[in-house]
Amino acid sequence: MTSVLQAQALGKKYGRRWALRECTVDIPAGHVVGLVGPNGAGKTTLLKLAGGQLEPTAGGITVLGGRPAAGPAQLAKVGFVAQDTPVYAGLTVAEHLRLGARLNPRWDDALARERIARLGLAPDQRAGRLSGGQRAQLALTLGLAKRPELLILDEPVASLDPLARREFLQGLMEATVEHAFSVVLSSHLVSDLERICDFLIVLADSRVRVAGEVERLLACHHRLSGPRRDPDRLSAGQQVISARHTDRQSTYVIRTDAPIHDPAWTVTRLSLEDLVLAYMDKRIAEDRPVALEVR
Amino acid sequence: MIWLTWRQFRGSAVMTAAVLAVLAVALGLTGPGLASSYSAGVADCVQDDTCGRFYDRFFDDHQLPFLALTLVVLLLPALAGLFWGAPLITRELEAGTHLLVWNQSITRRRWLAVKLAFVGLAAVVAACLCGLAVTWWSGPLDKSAVPEFALMAPLVFGARGIAPMGYAAFAFVLGVTVGMLVRRMLPAMALTLALFAVVQLAMPLLVRPHLMPPVTSTFELGEANVGGIGVERDEGQTLHIVLKQAVPGHPGAWVLSSELVDPSGRAVGGDGEPGGITMSTTSGPCAPSGGMEMCLAEVNRLGYRQRAAFQPLDRFWPFQWIETGIYAVLTACLTWLCFWWIRRRVS
Repeated sequence: MTSVLQAQALGKKYGRRWALRECTVDIPAGHVVGLVGPNGAGKTTLLKLAGGQLEPTAGGITVLGGRPAAGPAQLAKVGFVAQDTPVYAGLTVAEHLRLGARLNPRWDDALARERIARLGLAPDQRAGRLSGGQRAQLALTLGLAKRPELLILDEPVASLDPLARREFLQGLMEATVEHAFSVVLSSHLVSDLERICDFLIVLADSRVRVAGEVERLLACHHRLSGPRRDPDRLSAGQQVISARHTDRQSTYVIRTDAPIHDPAWTVTRLSLEDLVLAYMDKRIAEDRPVALEVR
Repeated sequence: MIWLTWRQFRGSAVMTAAVLAVLAVALGLTGPGLASSYSAGVADCVQDDTCGRFYDRFFDDHQLPFLALTLVVLLLPALAGLFWGAPLITRELEAGTHLLVWNQSITRRRWLAVKLAFVGLAAVVAACLCGLAVTWWSGPLDKSAVPEFALMAPLVFGARGIAPMGYAAFAFVLGVTVGMLVRRMLPAMALTLALFAVVQLAMPLLVRPHLMPPVTSTFELGEANVGGIGVERDEGQTLHIVLKQAVPGHPGAWVLSSELVDPSGRAVGGDGEPGGITMSTTSGPCAPSGGMEMCLAEVNRLGYRQRAAFQPLDRFWPFQWIETGIYAVLTACLTWLCFWWIRRRVS
């Protein structure tokens, strides 16, 4: 399968601080990819590197086989909806569509008009007077009507109320089904991503913690709880993601491909949120410099 | 991209065009009257040789609009830098809309090129029209102006001919560059204004006098270059001569230095300081009963002269071209910096 995004030891430094480091990740085409991590983890940096707004300090990145923002052809293939979904406050909705039509060779005017009509946006309304949800929908429409092969969305729903959030993600999902393109979207809330993503990347402390298809991730991660036990006494092939101990009891989140036979453990399945939280757990994270790739 | 640039720019463009049109109409209505009253006055004064007095009166009558128009032409480039240059990029950065437009299928360089060319050209055209209209209107006044406001004088030179175009292009690109480096609109505007003011002061003070080597020459003292003669009451032995910033035979020249020198060539005064000459002021040609001409003839006979360095009026157009060229080079350098910076640093 071809890749939409490939990063090799990718790093970006602002002054003396690394916003993203040693990021190696390969996203196959045809997925809706959720990029999740706490605020300041480097999500926006990674997406801006993919969109070509930033130049990497170290390593390399290719998007759809080309260097990000290398030229008009590359730009035409990648849609980008920036954080807070900026639009020109002084321009009307119709003028935004005209802007898109003038600046994009593959512009799908019918799609844009149909979407605007369905959303109930008045074409002659100034974008500055739209609500946050409407503005986000307008920005999404611009991104979709460009007919990209990859659409990148940076925290598109962060500032929306729950209803607008649901409508936005609903609209995005319908579009992916209809037009078959890849999506990468970031959020600091797993619940946003749970419904629509089938591929997950967890980013914490400017490093990739784990990346893989959601189903595979859930299948090979387990929570073990039982009598207190040290990590070095777990069976080989069981990799500790997080650990918690009380005087008598231990709870581990582990990753293993093999079945778990030890009768002392109570094994439970993890929810996506539990899995993400386990990878964000800092106490273990320090000893685990290498990102885990689950394929 | 041109459509988007025009759409974002049309409000201020239309407003500027309207203001310039009003100015052009006002100049067009009053210009011919001014020119005809000047030529009528000159025709009269040539007969009885009183043109000096006519010039003074004519210039005095129209000094206010003359200075106001000069100021308008001097300010226009600064306004272009302030209100068109500085916000060009910062407005996008502050609203985050650069992320919207840079993710359409158009490269950042092309976006910047269209914006710079389109709005920059508008700034140059506005300055050109305004500068040439004011140059035309002020023609009669420039011919009759006092030396301080002659065509080559620092204040007036920059408001005539083609130099305003160079200033406008430079101010605009300076605003864009500062905006790109500072990234916030108000600080960028303030910094643009400060930098432009420094450059506009440094140019006439430090650079323009040396664009061509000034002409240095000595002149006999006369009505054209002596502003006044004074005597010290108590002693009656010292004559004070105050020189004008003008040289005889070169009307409209920009006088850089003007000194009174004694027969041995030593400077005894000048550049605002009165020069003292020891001679009788109670009797002889410089006695109060004698006239100024007689007294100056005597001073000339004693060997006192004006020594002046100046740029003559016929260098006006060479200077205009050289100065516009300098600003064009500065503009090109800043434009290059803009393109380099938008590729490397702005995001």
